[in-house]
Amino acid sequence: MSTVPLDAVHEAAGARMTTFAGTRMPLQYAGIQEEHLAVREHAGLFDVSHMAELRVGGADALAFLRYALLNDAAKLKVGRAHYTMVPNDRGGLVDDAYLYRLDDADWLLVANAANRAAVADRLQDVATGFGDAHVRDVSDAWALLALQGPAAASLLDRHVAADLAATRKNATFATTFDGVAVRLARTGYTGEDGFEIFVPPSDVAPVWHALVGDGVAPCGLGARDTLRLEAGFPLYGHELDGAHDPRCTPFAWVVKDKPFAGDAGWPTEPACPRRLVGVRLAERGIAREGYAVRRPDGPEVGTVTSGTLSPLTRDAIAFAWVDGTLAAPGTALEVDVRGRAVGATVVDLPFFTPDR
Amino acid sequence: MDIPASLRYARTHEWTSELEADVMTVGITDFAQDQLGDVVYVELPEEGARVAAGDAVAVVESVKTASDIYAPVAGTVKAVNADLESAPEAINEEPYGGGWLFRIAPDDASDREALLDADAYRAVCEEES
Repeated sequence: MSTVPLDAVHEAAGARMTTFAGTRMPLQYAGIQEEHLAVREHAGLFDVSHMAELRVGGADALAFLRYALLNDAAKLKVGRAHYTMVPNDRGGLVDDAYLYRLDDADWLLVANAANRAAVADRLQDVATGFGDAHVRDVSDAWALLALQGPAAASLLDRHVAADLAATRKNATFATTFDGVAVRLARTGYTGEDGFEIFVPPSDVAPVWHALVGDGVAPCGLGARDTLRLEAGFPLYGHELDGAHDPRCTPFAWVVKDKPFAGDAGWPTEPACPRRLVGVRLAERGIAREGYAVRRPDGPEVGTVTSGTLSPLTRDAIAFAWVDGTLAAPGTALEVDVRGRAVGATVVDLPFFTPDR
Repeated sequence: MDIPASLRYARTHEWTSELEADVMTVGITDFAQDQLGDVVYVELPEEGARVAAGDAVAVVESVKTASDIYAPVAGTVKAVNADLESAPEAINEEPYGGGWLFRIAPDDASDREALLDADAYRAVCEEES
């Protein structure tokens, strides 16, 4: 088991720790619901230093990334970032990820901690024989904090020299935080405005303490999960995996029309016997991962992939893969909640949109 | 970690009050509610249900997980805490008070003596934490 640079800080602050992808991480501080609402109403700070960072460079880096990833890296100007996916050879994914263009031929790919080796191996394989494109796993060179919530920009503004008001969503740039060299990105995975702060491990503690000292709520991975679910964002290993075609999900927009590594193993047009949908339960109960989805009083037509009680709206919300003919919003379904049939409806994503 | 000396405990983290008017009150312990985190939903047993010791009779759901609650003794469920339907957070706030789950009339009142006392239960919690 490995630890993040702030491990002792989390421990001393009384966080409940859990092991996630082989790394000891804070699951919660004050409680998942309180942390979730702090992010929706003000600001929360997550330590996501377990995430994997891969640096991609070389004269052919752009061509390589266009081929290795499903979104089109050519659409990214320097200083911009986007959500993307790493395809496998079988019509599924190795991971989903965020790609940042730091310079013309200098790129950063942030992938899920659990897939660090798989993504690195996949990119190395694709890069072999590709010309001048090289991939380095630089995960250990970065700590990563995510400051998320409507107050994030005004809180961060006190510490950085850059003009944050002029910073667009998905922008990334190097600056300083109270004199510490950092890279900021106006990104996150909570559905809120916010910034991710890439910082050398030796410098992360003062950044964390400064923001918590400003009244930002320290948050754990528990709230990060309920926030991303409420925002309608998928999680690899739950909604996305090596077997499901992402073109059968609401995230099909990521897959751009161009050749990509492994495309010979992908159907030209996906048949989508099942589609990924959002569902909302009509009655009390919580749809957990693995619960069966049925037609009302009918046969099984799908499976829940993630579910929770929305801390904000108090609705039970979930993602589910269901029969492709039952994916239209408004379709009535049932979720088998431990033997009890609970009515559910297919709904549009996201489950929640910030009213700002 | 609050473990009142007056209660008896199951290894599965239910507490049981002393017998009062032929029924014992059952809830989950302070340790259990803390481990679960925010409780958001509770499924309670049917009043009048006959249960055996160790039967899964209720479910407490937190944000992260659903946990079965087991009958600490055999008997008949005489009452359930319907207030939890609208205020499940009482389990977090008052696990030994307003967060009680159900009342059971034991088939054999001496079964309670077979449950753990506070010291033995504390050892179980220390093992698990």
